Amino acid sequence: MVDATLPAADAETPKRPVFTRKTLEAVMPWAVVFTLFAVWELSVVIFDIPPFILPAPHVIFGAIWEWRVPILDNALQTLFTTAVGFALAIVFGLFTGVLIGSSSLIYNGFYPVLIGFNSIPKVAVVPILVIWFGIGTVPAIITAFLISFFPILVNVATGIATVEPDLKDVLRALGASRRDIILKVGIPRSLPYFFASLKIAITVAFVGSIIAETVAANKGIGHLMIVASSRFEVPLVFAGLIITAVMGVMMYAVAISIEKRMTHWATRSMDGPTTAT
Amino acid sequence: MATVGTYDAAQFVDLSDITLRYGGEATGTVALKGTSLTVAEGDFVAVVGPSGCGKSTLMKVVSGLWPVNGGAVTVAGERVKGPLSIVGMAFQSATLLPWRNTLANVMLPLEITKPHRGRLRANYDEYATKARDLLKLVGLEGFEEKYPWQLSGGMQQRVSLCRALIHDPDLLILDEPFGALDMFTREELWDVMQELWTEKRPTVILVTHDLREAAYLSNRVYVMSARPGRIIHSREVTAPRPRTLSATFTPEFAELTQDLRDNIQNARIAA
Repeated sequence: MVDATLPAADAETPKRPVFTRKTLEAVMPWAVVFTLFAVWELSVVIFDIPPFILPAPHVIFGAIWEWRVPILDNALQTLFTTAVGFALAIVFGLFTGVLIGSSSLIYNGFYPVLIGFNSIPKVAVVPILVIWFGIGTVPAIITAFLISFFPILVNVATGIATVEPDLKDVLRALGASRRDIILKVGIPRSLPYFFASLKIAITVAFVGSIIAETVAANKGIGHLMIVASSRFEVPLVFAGLIITAVMGVMMYAVAISIEKRMTHWATRSMDGPTTAT
Repeated sequence: MATVGTYDAAQFVDLSDITLRYGGEATGTVALKGTSLTVAEGDFVAVVGPSGCGKSTLMKVVSGLWPVNGGAVTVAGERVKGPLSIVGMAFQSATLLPWRNTLANVMLPLEITKPHRGRLRANYDEYATKARDLLKLVGLEGFEEKYPWQLSGGMQQRVSLCRALIHDPDLLILDEPFGALDMFTREELWDVMQELWTEKRPTVILVTHDLREAAYLSNRVYVMSARPGRIIHSREVTAPRPRTLSATFTPEFAELTQDLRDNIQNARIAA
């Protein structure tokens, strides 16, 4: 940086590189994505892979453009089921996380059950959901919910259960009730864990709704991919995958921006010691 | 002082024949056995002893956080059955809340203790002024809006002391509050502590393994035996106040710390 009060020094400043570290950091993800697609494209050409095995990226993007209306329609459906399932997961995960984290008795009682439940492949649950709710939006929402509440719950519970014993003693010695401790310390303390878990939960929520859509739905990206694959429209199947990935990255970015806003104190080392004055 | 009932001021804190076991009633480790201790109101006592002797356990008992297995704990004329809200505590780690600034950290006890919690919202300015005054007293004027990570270890410990005192506790329990600090900061905080005590006059029980610290700050030093811990020696500190650091290099002071050291040595050999 050139100090504005010392213009004389300007002439002597060494030539700065064309890219500063910051722009480089911003450009890198795009560069990686571009390189990935370039390698893909080249491999397809060099090894002469037929499009019904692995279509080249330009074919896939062509398919995205060609099928843009149904893709948008189905993507919005998937986004909707994922968002609803995710929202339910946040509410349920926060609530049970606080409950489980605040009592070692509940923690010990419920944790094994939750682990067992989480070990069940969610794809196996979808047929049951179809029996209960029929084919359509509801099984996708529930699958997205089932797959994404667990990381939220575990993280919130951990944040609350790991309040420093000394701090707990300070508060208890003041006559603080269990509720006081959870409200004043437990919940604020678990927020960084909570937001960290949202990043994981949102991506797996997509997995959940797409699994459900591939098994039992008449709409959504998963459904689109199944239909496309049965009609041997391989580029369209890949188009579905790419759209899913893009939606996942977008939601992840949203989760990160909320996290940064809410828990700046937990990531303070990134901003240096003199911020927030 | 907001205390109910009458009691003997000479026995503000009275522990008689305390037994405390970790774990099971019969099989658990005996941490305290036959421990007795009295502290007069407004007095400053220190408890020293070999490590693992149950000093910290004793503090948990006095504050009512841990129930005893035998004997009686009386504070301000009342049998202690649960946590006492007239207690302020500070530990070796400052345990400040990282999402609160200095002022909000100091004011935390006001959101919990009665009658302050009901009055805080309506009288916020009055309480905030009090917190600021306290911070000024420990030399942290101008740091009210800073967050814990922006403060040095010594500053954090000062904030912790303010937090322990903001609700005017009758009893202040300090469990090695300066233990994690470097020597210069520690000696600086001794003076801060001395000033706080002179100003506010709470009853203070200080647990420490630093004999100079114990002798410098307190009116009486108790020496605990190795586990199961009990009081085996007590020594009055008669040096006039306010004490200065140079006074810690006088022969009387050296004799005092030497005596304490010998007693701790004996306690360790006996164990």
